[in-house]
Amino acid sequence: MTSAAEAAPRELAARPARVRPARFLLPLYTWLVIAYTIVPIGVMVAYGFNRAPSGRLTFRWIGFTTEWYRHVFDIADLTSALVNSLELATASTLISLVLGVPLALALARHRFRGTAVVDSTIFVDIAAPSVVVGASLLSFFITLNVARGLGTILVAHVAFNVAYVAVVVRARAVGLDPAIEKAAADLGAGPFTAFRTVTLPLLAPGIVAAALLAFAMSIDDFIITQFVAGQTLTFPLWVYGAVKVGIPPQVFVMGTLIFAAGVLVAVANTVLQRRTELG
Amino acid sequence: MATGLRSRLTPYLLGMPGGVYLAVFFVVPLFAVLSVSLQTGNPDAGFVLTWHWGEYVTAIQRYHTQFVRSFEYAGISTGLSLVFAYPMAYWIAFHGGRHKSTYLLLVLLPFFVSFVIRTLAWQFILSDQGFVLGTLKGWHLLPQSTHVLSTPTAVLAGLTYSALPFMVLPLYVALERIDPRLVRAAGDLYARPASSFLRVILPLSAPGVFAGFLLVFVTNVGDYVNASILGGPGTTMVGNVIQTAYLQNFDYPMASALSSLLIAGTLLVIFLYARAFGAARIQEYA
Repeated sequence: MTSAAEAAPRELAARPARVRPARFLLPLYTWLVIAYTIVPIGVMVAYGFNRAPSGRLTFRWIGFTTEWYRHVFDIADLTSALVNSLELATASTLISLVLGVPLALALARHRFRGTAVVDSTIFVDIAAPSVVVGASLLSFFITLNVARGLGTILVAHVAFNVAYVAVVVRARAVGLDPAIEKAAADLGAGPFTAFRTVTLPLLAPGIVAAALLAFAMSIDDFIITQFVAGQTLTFPLWVYGAVKVGIPPQVFVMGTLIFAAGVLVAVANTVLQRRTELG
Repeated sequence: MATGLRSRLTPYLLGMPGGVYLAVFFVVPLFAVLSVSLQTGNPDAGFVLTWHWGEYVTAIQRYHTQFVRSFEYAGISTGLSLVFAYPMAYWIAFHGGRHKSTYLLLVLLPFFVSFVIRTLAWQFILSDQGFVLGTLKGWHLLPQSTHVLSTPTAVLAGLTYSALPFMVLPLYVALERIDPRLVRAAGDLYARPASSFLRVILPLSAPGVFAGFLLVFVTNVGDYVNASILGGPGTTMVGNVIQTAYLQNFDYPMASALSSLLIAGTLLVIFLYARAFGAARIQEYA
């Protein structure tokens, strides 16, 4: 037997083995994992339609009703917790854009003293366990004797959102060619005009993505918020508090509505972006 | 001259507001924790910095079980989510074709549901009379006495579930960057699929594994929501202890000592992992 003859059957044996798991097992596995991710979401949507005679959900399925969709805002303190969450998400997104976009530009465009320090601070801010971030902010507020409430929650949300905005916008800014801005300057545009008419539109997709991420992070945050909230309740805090006494179906209805809105915005954003990139 | 000075100042002016904000509301508070952990006093009279290290000794004596358990749960859930996520990220990256972004969106769907509600949904799924256990018991496939809630299994299921998207994303990014020609070249050089996977794909995806490990392990080691909604008295994690000490007992020095120990322990694990497997350019992926 020559070595070539040995190699040939080995290759023949290797080929199907290389293709088969990719063709059959891996997609099956992927779909199983996707099912695992979707099941709890399905549970949330389904139990929003479950009959609950006492106004509190039981684990048992009793029957289909759309009653909770008609009475979604009937629980006053739950609704006001949701309003708090929406206000906090809006405010913290705006503030973190104002602080984070220039920071991202500084990091993407310039080498300056302290780049490494700012860089690693942002990284640690994103990677630190929430319980530590929450505990440290609470220690800080206690030390300064600051009363906890909406204001301290806002401060905390901006503190993590600035880091997310900086990372997302920076990724977009790094890809921009500085020559474009220089060309604008050569054509007589001042630095502010060049920024407003050239840089900002090019950064826009990154800024939109950062804003969506910041909004989602704020509305979803539980652990850090619980530490700095005092007596104020946000939507996740209200839900957590209700776990021990029983969950009203409205919680799952609101969860479903937030979910639907989030998916719609994400899909719309992707479609719009694809369209602008094509056109 | 004036423009030169201005352009040299530009990055500082741009970075200043955000940088100062992070310094005041993220970095300084981290030191506030250390300071509070060395204070003595009570909630009514106030606390004074006395450099009293005793809280650390008490914290370890009283809560070492919860500490070890947190690292154990975080380790297991990180491992499980890696096992779930890797083949999937691999398949999407190499065989996803035109639908890559659709698959990714499906994996990321949990991000659109509030974290607390997701955990709550698991409580409904795993409850004794819920549709999984209830149905299986109805068919007499499980004894009536079976229950999953308040066991470590329930907490691990919740932790692994919430970890999954954080694991898939960095893995996908790392795998997507691998040039398929490298894999084909390995095949042309008579590498068997297994060895081309072990010697080409796996090493090249290592930064993604590290980023996933970092995101998931760090999030889960400090989590207390899963343990409190899905767990029982036997599954208390250090996050639960810190939360109770801070928000119910107002024992700030003890809570801060525990937080400091948690930071130290987490950094140690990350450091050991990075030493063992190398950590090239993590930040890019995280």
